[in-house]
Amino acid sequence: MPAPIRLRELIRTIRTARTQAEEREMIQKECAAIRSSFREEDNTYRCRNVAKLLYMHMLGYPAHFGQLECLKLIASQKFTDKRIGYLGAMLLLDERQDVHLLMTNCIKNDLNHSTQYVQGVALCTLGCMGSAEMCRDLAGEVEKLLKTSNSYLRKKAALCAVHVIRKVPELMEMFLPATKNLLNEKNHGVLHTSVVLLTEMCERSPDMLAHFRKLVPQLVRILKNLIMSGYSPEHDVSGISDPFLQVRILRLLRILGKGDDDSSEAMNDILAQVATNTETSKNVGNAILYETVLTIMDIKSESGLRVLAINILGRFLLNNDKNIRYVALTSLLKTVQTDHNAVQRHRSTIVDCLKDLDVSIKRRAMELSFALVNGNNVRGMMKELLHFLDMCDPEFKADCASGIFLAAEKYAPSKRWHIDTIMKVLTTAGSYVRDDSVPNLIQLITNSVEMHSYTVQRLYKAVLDDISQQPLVQVASWCMGEYGDLLVSGQCEEEEPIHVTEDEVLDVLEGVLVSNLSSPITRGYALTAIMKLSTRFSSVNRIKRVVSIYGSSIDVELQQRAVEYNALFKKYDHMRSALLERMPIMEKTTTNGPTEILHTNGEAEPSVRDSKHPPNIPQPSSQANDLLDLLGGNDVVPVIQTELPTKPASSGGELLDLLGDLSLSGVPAPAAPISVSQPTFLLDGISSQPLFNDVAGAIPPMTAYNKNGLKIDFTFERSNSNPNVSVITIHASNLTEVDMADFVFQAAVPKTFQLQLLSPSSNVVPGLNKGTVTQVIKVLNPQKQQLRMRIKLTYTHKGSSVQDLAEVNNFPTQSWQ
Amino acid sequence: MYVLPVPQMRFLLLFSRQGKLRLQKWFTPLVERERKKVVRDMTLMVLGRPPRSCNFLHWKDLKVVYKRYASLYFCCGLDDKDNELLALEVLHRYVELLDKYFGNVCELDIIFNFEKAYFILDEFLMGGEVQETSKVTVAKSIEASDMLQETMEEYMSKPAF
Repeated sequence: MPAPIRLRELIRTIRTARTQAEEREMIQKECAAIRSSFREEDNTYRCRNVAKLLYMHMLGYPAHFGQLECLKLIASQKFTDKRIGYLGAMLLLDERQDVHLLMTNCIKNDLNHSTQYVQGVALCTLGCMGSAEMCRDLAGEVEKLLKTSNSYLRKKAALCAVHVIRKVPELMEMFLPATKNLLNEKNHGVLHTSVVLLTEMCERSPDMLAHFRKLVPQLVRILKNLIMSGYSPEHDVSGISDPFLQVRILRLLRILGKGDDDSSEAMNDILAQVATNTETSKNVGNAILYETVLTIMDIKSESGLRVLAINILGRFLLNNDKNIRYVALTSLLKTVQTDHNAVQRHRSTIVDCLKDLDVSIKRRAMELSFALVNGNNVRGMMKELLHFLDMCDPEFKADCASGIFLAAEKYAPSKRWHIDTIMKVLTTAGSYVRDDSVPNLIQLITNSVEMHSYTVQRLYKAVLDDISQQPLVQVASWCMGEYGDLLVSGQCEEEEPIHVTEDEVLDVLEGVLVSNLSSPITRGYALTAIMKLSTRFSSVNRIKRVVSIYGSSIDVELQQRAVEYNALFKKYDHMRSALLERMPIMEKTTTNGPTEILHTNGEAEPSVRDSKHPPNIPQPSSQANDLLDLLGGNDVVPVIQTELPTKPASSGGELLDLLGDLSLSGVPAPAAPISVSQPTFLLDGISSQPLFNDVAGAIPPMTAYNKNGLKIDFTFERSNSNPNVSVITIHASNLTEVDMADFVFQAAVPKTFQLQLLSPSSNVVPGLNKGTVTQVIKVLNPQKQQLRMRIKLTYTHKGSSVQDLAEVNNFPTQSWQ
Repeated sequence: MYVLPVPQMRFLLLFSRQGKLRLQKWFTPLVERERKKVVRDMTLMVLGRPPRSCNFLHWKDLKVVYKRYASLYFCCGLDDKDNELLALEVLHRYVELLDKYFGNVCELDIIFNFEKAYFILDEFLMGGEVQETSKVTVAKSIEASDMLQETMEEYMSKPAF
């Protein structure tokens, strides 16, 4: 059998392959040869074959059939074999497969070998890829070597110990004795790896951290020597002595000084020294300064030192080297929260970085700029950021736009400025603006009442130029539909009013409807806007025409709207003006409040209590229709309380007692005149802003009363038939062990309201939260005043009767607006 | 990628401008499939960088530091809390060590002597940490190990691989 081809020969051959297929063929041929050589158990050439296999593996070809061969090489006595064998193990073996455990014994033997390079290569392998089991088995050997006087082995043992601790943290303790004199070493390799080992132990264990704090003075001394000592050629990098060691010491000092006054004080001087004396012309000096800054910011340093650190970062920002600028921006971003004022001083430099060519730097500069915006600098900053928005790559535009909106909302110096800023964003980056910005902007616009005509005029002008940016067109359509009357009336205080006719406005909106550029959602906005103008403009016929055309649109959404709007023109014309009137100021949509949390009181056995059946309360069916009577303006008793058989029928007198400062007319008063009498159904989809449908539905529940174990929650619904009526359902629950019997809930409201109580579900609130009593209250609030309520609760509990009065004032605004 | 309590270097890769891998050192356990993915992602990202960009990028939750030396890219993956400026020094030191050993090192040296490149790396880094900060000491160790190899081969009068 001829000797297998040599490694370099193979590499040369494979590189001559001109195609992937040719290469594959060569590889397959060689692999076959190697496989048969392995089968023959050839000791002489095993090393060569495995080396070739590793080369082919690097090219991407499978080499798993060489795994066992690596193990055989490791077991060989030849150093060449061991070297390649261990290399192969690190590349081909995987700690998830059991086969790697076969290495353990070989490594153990090699750790005790007479030649330090054999020991070294074994330590290296263990320290790179040792699994948890291997580490457990061999930790003792590593610990022994950590105490040797041979610095070559000691430094490797230290890093191997680091790996063991990473894999099996419980073994940390056993290395503690060996760490005793580590820092007394003169050898830089041992020093460096020792610092790494100490760092690992301190980061993982607070006890170790406390134990090693006493090393701070020694570490400070070592660092000082490094800085002050003369030129040492062996460890010099561009005039700096052993930067790797300096950085690791600084990092360890950071960990030891964090949160500890004494340690922090002990290192203040050396940190100041490193910060001021380190040469900054090359990357290596800046690497040390960077680590120093991180340390200063993390420990309890005195303020002068902190300012020094921020100033270093500020100088970094002006460095020609973009890596340094990038690192500075990243660090400033981390410190901007804690040292805001100091970072503010570098604002102009940071803003200049927005113009940097490097993408990573631009992004960091943008994030930092937003963090620095405050009430004082908002005008200047926004100018820069708007300019950036205009010039930047598309990948930034969405984030930048959102950032500008947020900052503008927080710090806008005036409403006009705010609207102007929004306009600029929409016209500059209108297609990149996030979808949720549109409703937010609309809400903002409705709130700036005095700016309505200005806003709609500017939006109109913007849309005349360009209807391709969907968010801009959507906001503009909405505004034109809502404030079209202001637009044509030619009144605008903020700027020169433009002359627009109704037809011109309708032209624009119709243009949006038919344009290919408009998305379906935008079309929906436009159609609704046109419809709204039917109550604001006089050219109703034109609008009717448009609406009827879209009644047969292919787009289902448009079709539905058009059909319903059509119906509004025909059958429900009397409702049209009320439905399409000016929108009220919208509250910011809050997320739904948490649903009622039920408190469970453990599993106590229910005590025997008198079984009182909830009385069956016959209710006249006219109660339900009373609501309609209220609306119809018939004479109405202000408060209607449902009757329980055990209570006297007339409750008017008692109620008057409740009133106190709540004035309630005891005389039936005519209900406030209501302009429109509504039928009991409503056409869906009429609301002009579909995205706001959810607002009405999401009224959060509230706890009205919670005392002595009785908890009463209110949940809300809007009445479908009348927007002035709130339907409140009370849920009474009882957390005590004993039921509350004869439970009666009474309520009174201020003069401008009217209240109706429907019958309760029962008059016993079972204990231990085993059930709730519910009762429906209907409150009519035609003047949309803030709802207040006084409630009176009576019940019998544990044999005695309980009575309590309470005021309920914390109604969510959505419930009465 | 794992979240490790103490920041460490995760991997070190060398690849050519055509994306051919020349060396791969892994400091955390990953299966073959995961390794291949990392190599693929790194190659694509680094080779796709515009010229004159800074040497740092973000990938998942790691910082990636890379530097081009002639036709080879040296690329390492770091924890987010690591010092990337120092990582550049680590990469540079490794290149210097290779240069000292091979004499004006070029990509071909690394291709034809990849196992030596690994041996040198293993004298400089272990578990992602620097084990020796003196160039001279590393060079001496490599020299001595090579001598050990040759001596044994000569003794056994068998050819080296």
